[in-house]
Amino acid sequence: MTVWIAVLATAAGCYLLKLLGLCVPARLLDRPAVRTFATLAPVALLAALTAQQTLVHGHLLTADARLAGLAAAALALWRRAPFLVVVLAAVAATALVRLA
Amino acid sequence: MTVTTQPSCAEGRADRPARAVLRDSLTVGVGVGISGVAFGAAGAGAHLTVAQTCALSLLVFTGASQFALVAALAAGAAPLAAVAGALFLGVRNAFYGMRLAERLHLPVALRPLAAQLVIDETAAVTLAQPDRRTARLGFTATGVSLFALWNLSTLLGALGAGSLGDPARYGLDAAGPAVFLALLAPRLRDPRERRVAAVAVVLVLAGTPVLPTGVPVLLALAAVPLVGLAARGRSGR
Repeated sequence: MTVWIAVLATAAGCYLLKLLGLCVPARLLDRPAVRTFATLAPVALLAALTAQQTLVHGHLLTADARLAGLAAAALALWRRAPFLVVVLAAVAATALVRLA
Repeated sequence: MTVTTQPSCAEGRADRPARAVLRDSLTVGVGVGISGVAFGAAGAGAHLTVAQTCALSLLVFTGASQFALVAALAAGAAPLAAVAGALFLGVRNAFYGMRLAERLHLPVALRPLAAQLVIDETAAVTLAQPDRRTARLGFTATGVSLFALWNLSTLLGALGAGSLGDPARYGLDAAGPAVFLALLAPRLRDPRERRVAAVAVVLVLAGTPVLPTGVPVLLALAAVPLVGLAARGRSGR
């Protein structure tokens, strides 16, 4: 049940943010401080999520097969591979390290 | 950040054929749309039901927020922290909406429908068009094709991964970090954004042993003011 509440709350919030942009006059949102936050907040969150999903297990910092997956993803990104190839490279590398 | 009513590139491209706009739109729509498979698999890996995973793609329909919510729930974060992280990632869509409103001049009645399609990809395609006609075509074609495929491939991914059993055995737990890295990579060209990313990583890892699950990711938002203050300090000297 809590999962459904989280799903619906995220849906409502994300939809209202999209609608807000379409309906609010640009000058209300278009301030330097707001714009900087909107540009940089995703960078901070995505970097944190990448690190957390690779290195955290419970409340502990660990280095496991996911690190090989992230390295494979980074290599694929560097070679300008499409999104799905990047994800598949990470999955395959992690599975291979676990097999070894 | 001034947006002129006549884009400077309009002269040579004002008669851009609909075929070229459609080709660009479908390349993006199909290319990104099929990545819904990865989200479907992530939802299954996080022990969400197929219905919950599909509801996220239908109703949230903005990839980074969807992946962030699923990752936080899988890690056992409090729902409030999980939702907050997803919403902070969705803030950028409000800014896309602002830019798109200037280009598309949508009738008021159409805005609630169009709003759901305001995401990274539709903004990129639409804002690259030279005039209102091609912008409207690009927005619609990209948005509709991406929405249809993203939802279909989410369903397939959720059903497929759900039938596999333990996701970690197949390395599917590495899909999450790979997705976040792929979303992050194009934003790291600017030195200020690289500094924010580095500080965010330090904050999340330092907070992990001591803070409740889900909170360290929100703590990482402090990287934005921290890097801003450091820049102001340097320029003030």
